[in-house]
Amino acid sequence: MKILGRLPVPRLPDMSDADQKRAAIFLGALAFAIAYPFIEGMFGLRLQTKLIPVLLFIVLALGLNVVVGFAGLLDLGYAAFFAIGAYTVAFMTSSESPFAFTDTSPMNFWLAMIVAAIVAGIFGVLLGAPTLRLRGDYLAIVTLGFGEIVPLVIRNAHEVTKGTQGMKPIGFPELPFVKWGFATEPWYFLVLGILLLSIFLTSRLQRSRIGRAWMAIREDEVAASSIGINPVTTKLFAFSLGASFSGFAGSVWASYLQVISPDQFQFSVSIFVLLMIVIGGMGNIPGVIVGGLILGGFDRVLTDAISGALRTLGSTFDIAFLREADISRARTLIYGTALVALMLVRPEGILPSARRKMELHAAEEDEGEAAQQRETLFESQR
Amino acid sequence: MQVVCPGGSGELVAAALIIGLSNGALIALIALGYTLVYGIIELINFSHGDLFMLGTFVALTVLAALGLEGGAAETPWLALIAAILAAMVFCGVLNMLAERIAYRRLRNAPRLAPLISAIGVSFIYINIGLFWRGPSPIPFPDLLPDFEFVRAITGADTLITFTTKDAFIIATAIPLMLGLGWVIKNTTMGKAMRAVAQDREMALQVGIDVDKVISFTFLLGGLLAGAAAVMHGLYNGNTVFTLGFTAGLKAFTAAVLGGIGNVTGAALGGFLLGILGAMTVTCYGGEWENVGVFTLLVVILVFRPTGLLGEETPER
Repeated sequence: MKILGRLPVPRLPDMSDADQKRAAIFLGALAFAIAYPFIEGMFGLRLQTKLIPVLLFIVLALGLNVVVGFAGLLDLGYAAFFAIGAYTVAFMTSSESPFAFTDTSPMNFWLAMIVAAIVAGIFGVLLGAPTLRLRGDYLAIVTLGFGEIVPLVIRNAHEVTKGTQGMKPIGFPELPFVKWGFATEPWYFLVLGILLLSIFLTSRLQRSRIGRAWMAIREDEVAASSIGINPVTTKLFAFSLGASFSGFAGSVWASYLQVISPDQFQFSVSIFVLLMIVIGGMGNIPGVIVGGLILGGFDRVLTDAISGALRTLGSTFDIAFLREADISRARTLIYGTALVALMLVRPEGILPSARRKMELHAAEEDEGEAAQQRETLFESQR
Repeated sequence: MQVVCPGGSGELVAAALIIGLSNGALIALIALGYTLVYGIIELINFSHGDLFMLGTFVALTVLAALGLEGGAAETPWLALIAAILAAMVFCGVLNMLAERIAYRRLRNAPRLAPLISAIGVSFIYINIGLFWRGPSPIPFPDLLPDFEFVRAITGADTLITFTTKDAFIIATAIPLMLGLGWVIKNTTMGKAMRAVAQDREMALQVGIDVDKVISFTFLLGGLLAGAAAVMHGLYNGNTVFTLGFTAGLKAFTAAVLGGIGNVTGAALGGFLLGILGAMTVTCYGGEWENVGVFTLLVVILVFRPTGLLGEETPER
């Protein structure tokens, strides 16, 4: 680790060694991410188109992390806000939009992006305001129901949303000197930029007054409200902020894909994003990024690679079972097993925040104590 | 009638009522599994709907093994009973195993941990279903006699139908529900269940083996889901690996509507929800059924989270 210490990282007076190490890792990763499109050719890789969705889903995960990780509210309908953002942009910029103004002068994409974030945030407030008073697992089910309703309504309201056919085309971002279209580099850098912005915003939030209030509420709502934190408005802020993150990401996703249909916003999307933060470490931003990279990388890159390898193996050794192997069929099995195993073995995720880890293990100690009590009880009965 | 229900006449609504009753009995059986488990350990057993789906597959496999996959001339009652028992035992034991492996260790963890674990179990079940019978819907043999009571008795040509299938569901579901009520009310195990639901610590103090009681609760829930699975197959004539998600969500809605943790409430909620669903289909068309159900779920949770018969439960 001494090598890292000697790197020319600007040393701020109040930076501890650990912080400095973290900053060095971050800057290194950032430099790699920026250089990647220019150097991937040297390694014979062509993964840019696969990386764009991975990075965008990390943005989603960072937003969900505000809701689940910081404030401790389990949101199982996160994809609904993603859909709302995507369809808002489509309504504002697509020629198939139900609004007449898009035929002559569609809204500028950058403006539509902000509108999408705001609309999703408003939906977050509308759903959150009445439901956040409920206990945690009820909230999970309300959001789950909402996450089901939104794609169903989009599918059924055919006149407005074009149903399962999907809406297309959707406005492109515009910048001077950059040619948008089907070239991947501008998209890569746009999404990378949004990711950096999200990392900056969420990490600032975490350390702010409101961030500390979220944490306090997550750990003990009664105690938090007794020291003057309003639990409902504080939770509502986290919930709608998460929703508007999702809407924001949805707007970029819509423009990147150019066609959106209700099937892209199913329950499995919400779970996929949730899994990213559970694997990485709820409430810890570097953890969420790592979790997103692992899961996104597995989903977009490794499944194909592993299936391909298995098939090659199958045909070399003539094993019929392996020749048609396609592990993308076992995807939900793998995710399900991963969720259960993680909860049992390491509920705090791969890179947990110190605080979360403490909370989870405190519970474990309680369990140990309870088990011991039980033993003695049964012993004494005999 | 036309104002509230643009799609239907009085006769159609009456027909929908009967369909709703049969569907409601199925929903109620699944809902009981949610409410029993929630009542005792406050876990939303997310995988319960998918357990039900696996139950339909087990029933199909048993019927196929008895050579009945293509249907039969006479109703093979013994084979049907065998299929029901097999599905019940399978679902009951699997549910118990899931509790042992995936939920027991998390009983004292933060609330979200067992819920996430249950979502994981649900995913595992779905994928097992997919591997077992593939992605497309599978026809269920049509084994019950096709006798139509209303027309046979009144002799009139009417849209209102009450077939042997409806009779079969109601005649199986209601005794099962009464049986469950009897077990909870009169047996030692039932008494222990109520004690653990009221206060787990205290139950432990008076010498109740809490782990065994919780296992038994999962067994009961699974048994009911297995029975519902066979009836669903016989009634609707098909099954598919994605069946569990909506079935589970509907049943959970029913449990919440009745007041989660309340056994009578879950049965009542099941029937109400079945009728509501059938009415939505008749009045607004099949594609709006789930929208209606989920909207109801959100509305109840927002305005009366304790449900119709539930009591106030404090936040843990």
